[in-house]
Amino acid sequence: MRNPRLYPLLATIAIFIIAYAICYLQFPYILSTRVAGNLLTDNAYLGIVAVGMTIVILSGGIDLSVGSVIAFSGVFIAVMLRDSGLHPLAVFALLLVITTAFGAAMGWLIYRLAMPAFIVTLAGMFLVRGVAYMMSIDSIPIDHPFFTSLQRVYWLMPGKGRLTLIGVVMLLAFVVGHIIAHRTRFGANVFALGGGEQTARLMGSRVGRTTVMIYAFSGLMAGLGGIVFALYTGSGYPLATVGTELTAIATVVIGGTLLTGGAGYVFGTLFGVLTMGLIQTYIVFDGTLSSWWTRIAIGVLLLAFIVLQKGLLRLTTARSAA
Amino acid sequence: MLLALQSLTKTFVGMKALDEVDFELASGEVHALLGENGAGKSTLIKCLTGVYRRDAGSILLDGRDISPDSTSRAQALGIGTVYQEVNLLPNLTVAQNLTFGHEPRRFGIISPRAQRRRAAQMLEGYGLDIDLDRDLGSYSVAVQQLVAIARAVELSGRVLILDEPTASLDDREVQMLFAVVRRLRDRGLGIIFVSHFLDQVYALCDRITVLRNGCRIVTERSDSLDRVRLIEHMLGRELAAQEESEKRHRRSAPLAGEPLLSFAGVGRRGFVEPFDLEVQRGEVIGMSGLLGSGRTETAELMFGIRRMHSGTVSDAEGDLRLNNPRDAIAAGFGFAPEDRKTDGIIADLSIRDNIVLAMQARRGWLRRVPRAEQKRLAADYIERLDIRTSGPEKAVGELSGGNQQKVVLARWLAMNPRFLVLDEPTRGIDVGAHAEILQLVRELTARGMAVLVISSELDELIAVSDRVIVLRDRRQVARLSGSDITLENVVHAIAASDEHREVSA
Ligand SMILES: Nc1ncnc2c1ncn2[C@@H]1O[C@H](COP(=O)(O)OP(=O)(O)OP(=O)(O)O)[C@@H](O)[C@H]1O
Ligand SMILES: [Mg+2]
Repeated sequence: MRNPRLYPLLATIAIFIIAYAICYLQFPYILSTRVAGNLLTDNAYLGIVAVGMTIVILSGGIDLSVGSVIAFSGVFIAVMLRDSGLHPLAVFALLLVITTAFGAAMGWLIYRLAMPAFIVTLAGMFLVRGVAYMMSIDSIPIDHPFFTSLQRVYWLMPGKGRLTLIGVVMLLAFVVGHIIAHRTRFGANVFALGGGEQTARLMGSRVGRTTVMIYAFSGLMAGLGGIVFALYTGSGYPLATVGTELTAIATVVIGGTLLTGGAGYVFGTLFGVLTMGLIQTYIVFDGTLSSWWTRIAIGVLLLAFIVLQKGLLRLTTARSAA
Repeated sequence: MLLALQSLTKTFVGMKALDEVDFELASGEVHALLGENGAGKSTLIKCLTGVYRRDAGSILLDGRDISPDSTSRAQALGIGTVYQEVNLLPNLTVAQNLTFGHEPRRFGIISPRAQRRRAAQMLEGYGLDIDLDRDLGSYSVAVQQLVAIARAVELSGRVLILDEPTASLDDREVQMLFAVVRRLRDRGLGIIFVSHFLDQVYALCDRITVLRNGCRIVTERSDSLDRVRLIEHMLGRELAAQEESEKRHRRSAPLAGEPLLSFAGVGRRGFVEPFDLEVQRGEVIGMSGLLGSGRTETAELMFGIRRMHSGTVSDAEGDLRLNNPRDAIAAGFGFAPEDRKTDGIIADLSIRDNIVLAMQARRGWLRRVPRAEQKRLAADYIERLDIRTSGPEKAVGELSGGNQQKVVLARWLAMNPRFLVLDEPTRGIDVGAHAEILQLVRELTARGMAVLVISSELDELIAVSDRVIVLRDRRQVARLSGSDITLENVVHAIAASDEHREVSA
C-alpha cells in the first residue's frame, strides 16, 4: 500500500491526465506542443501567484491581496517606465522589494495582533487596489524597447510550440516553491504551523518569524506574477485581475492541498493550474460554449476535491484506528 | 547544581499558579515533581522552558542565569521536554517530527535520506517498528508518545523534562522508557519526571518535590519519604479518614432480577471475539487486561463506534439497534473515552458549557437546558469531582490537564445514562481525586445505573467492581465475582498462559 499522504496528489494528476485524454479524443490537436506552450504562457501569472498561495494555505492561512498586487504591479511598472527613465530590470527589482515588504508587513500584523489572515489580507486587498487607482485610472500601455524584447523571448519546441520566457519563469517558480516547501526548515515550519500553531510553538518553531516569511514570500510571488502579467498583456491597468486571488485558491485546492492547512504538495498546484487552463482551452476549441462554463467546471471540480479529501481523511483515520 | 529555580512566581489572571517556588536539579538524578491536579507542575515546566513568561524569580543552568523566551531557545540550551497536553504534529511524517528544527541539511536543503537515517537512530532502543515516512497521526497514541519522548531525549543535552509521559503507555513500554531514562541519568543528565503513578515514581526517582497550590511543600530523597506521608503532603491533610471511606463501600450482591441489558454473541471479526454479557441494574463491572487485549475495542463495540458483525443487544423492551454512537446515546448509553486529551474537550468553552454539551445534544438544540439548571450542574460537579478552578465560567483550556479530564468525566456523569462505560476514568487524575471518582461511581450505581469500568489500575478496579471480566487477545478469558475478586486472581487471569485458559466466551 502506498503512503496515504500521496493520495490527493495522485488524484490531482489522474484528473489532469483524464481531462487531457477526453480533450484529445475530441480534438486530437490538443496534444501538441503548441497547445501545451500556450497553456503555460496563458496561465503563467496565475501559476506563479498560486505557488505563493500554496505556501500560505499550507500554513493554515490565506492571502486575499494577491489579485490587487498583480494589478498594482502592472500600473507601477507602466508608470515607472513612462516617467522615471529607470531600466526595466531596476523597476522590477524595486517592485519586488515593495511587494515583499508589503507581504511581510501583513504577516507581522497577523502574528502580532493575532488577527485572522482573512481580515488582514482583505484590508491589504482594498488598500493596494486603491493605491493602483491613485497612480492611474486608465490602462497605460508599456512600450520600452527592452521590455518589448523580453515579451518576444521564446524557445521553439519540436512541433513548433513556443515555450515563452514567462512560461519558463512559472515552471522555475514551481521548482523553487517545491524546494522551499518540502526541502527546507522554513518549509517544515510552514507545515508545522498548518498542523497547529500551539503545538508548533511547543516543538520549538518560531511562529512569528515563520508567519512574516510566509506572507513575504506570497508578496514576492504576487509581485513576480505582476511582472509576468505585465509582460503578457503589455500594459498596466488598475482594474485588472479582479478575483484572481480566488482563482489561485481554487487551483491550490484542486491541486490537492488541504484548505485548512498542513497537507499538500506544491507540484499538485501546478496540475491544478494546468487543469484549469485545459478546461479553458477546451472551451475555446469548442467555440460554441460560453466562457462561463469554465467557472462551472471549476466549481464542480472544487466540490469534488473537497468531498474527496473528506473521504480520504475518514479512510485514513478509520484505518489507523483499526 | 545543574539547574536551580529560585522563588519562581507566575500569576494567571486572578490566581497565583506558582508562588515563590524553589527547585533544584542535580546532574545524574531523576527528580519527581508531584502534586494534585492544578498544583502547578505543568506551569513550572512551561516557565522553565520559555512557553510562559515568569513574573519573578530566576533560573540558573550551571550557575548561569538563563531566561529562555521561547521553546527553541530552551532546546538550544539543551533542555528537552515532553509536554503533558501535546504529542507532536500529526500531519508531519514520523521522521519529520523527530528531526524537526534539526533536519540534516546540505546548502540549506534538507536531505530526506539523511533525515530518515537520523530518525531511525533516534528510535533505536524503543522497540518501535514503524514506517518513518507515514504521517505520525496514523499511529496510536502510545506510539506518538514514544516518538515525542525520543525527540525530547535527543534534544536534551543537559536536562530532560517528562510531564506525565507514561499516561498512555503499557507496562513494557514504561519499562523501556525507564531504561532510557536511567541510561541518560548515568550519562549525567538531570531528569524531571511528573506522574500520578506513585509506583513509577518510587521505581525511578531519586528525589521528590511536592507542590501544592503553587507552593513548594517539600523536597526529599524518595527512599526516606514513605508513601503515606507523600500523599499527605500532596493533599495537605491526614489520610486516615479517606482510607476508611475506601473500605466502607463493598456492597452485598448486585440487585437481582431482570438484566438491564444483555449482549449476546456480540463481536467483530479481527477486532473482538464474540462475547455474551448480562448487565444488571446497579452493578459495577470491571474490565481488565493488558493494553491491546481488546478492552477499549469492546467498549467501542458496545457504544456503536464500531459496527458489530455478529450478535444482538437487548433490554427488557426488546432488541436495540446500535449502529452508531447516536443510537447508543438514544438507548441511554454513555461512554467516557480513554483518550480525553483529544476526544471531547472544547478548550474555548467554559466548564459549564462543556458539562452540559452532551446533555444539550441529546435534548436537541431547541429545548435548551435552563440556565439555572446548567449552573446547578456545573457547581455540583465542580464540587464533587473537586475540579480546581476559579469558577464555572473559566475556559476549559485554562485548566490543568487533570482537571480537564474531570470535566469530560462530569459531562458523561451529568447525562445520567442507564449504562455508562468509563475507559480509564482515573488516568492523569491525582490520588486525592481517585477516591472521589470511585465514590461517585458508587453513588450512581446505588441509584440504578450500571457502570462498566476499564482500568489498568487493578487495586482500584478490584475495590470498585462487583464483577471483573478479564480479557486477553481480544477474548474474555475469565469472570470473577464476589470473594473471587482478588488481586491475585485477576493478575493470574491476565497473565495465565494459553494452555489453561478458562474460556467463558
Ligand atoms: N493558560 C492558563 N490560563 C489561566 N490559568 C491557567 C493556565 N494554565 C494553567 N492555569 C491554572 O494554573 C493552575 C496550575 O495548573 P497546572 O497545569 O500547572 O497544574 P498541574 O499541576 O500540571 O496539574 P495536572 O496534574 O492536572 O496536570 C491551575 O489552577 C490552572 O487552572
Ligand atoms: Mg499538568
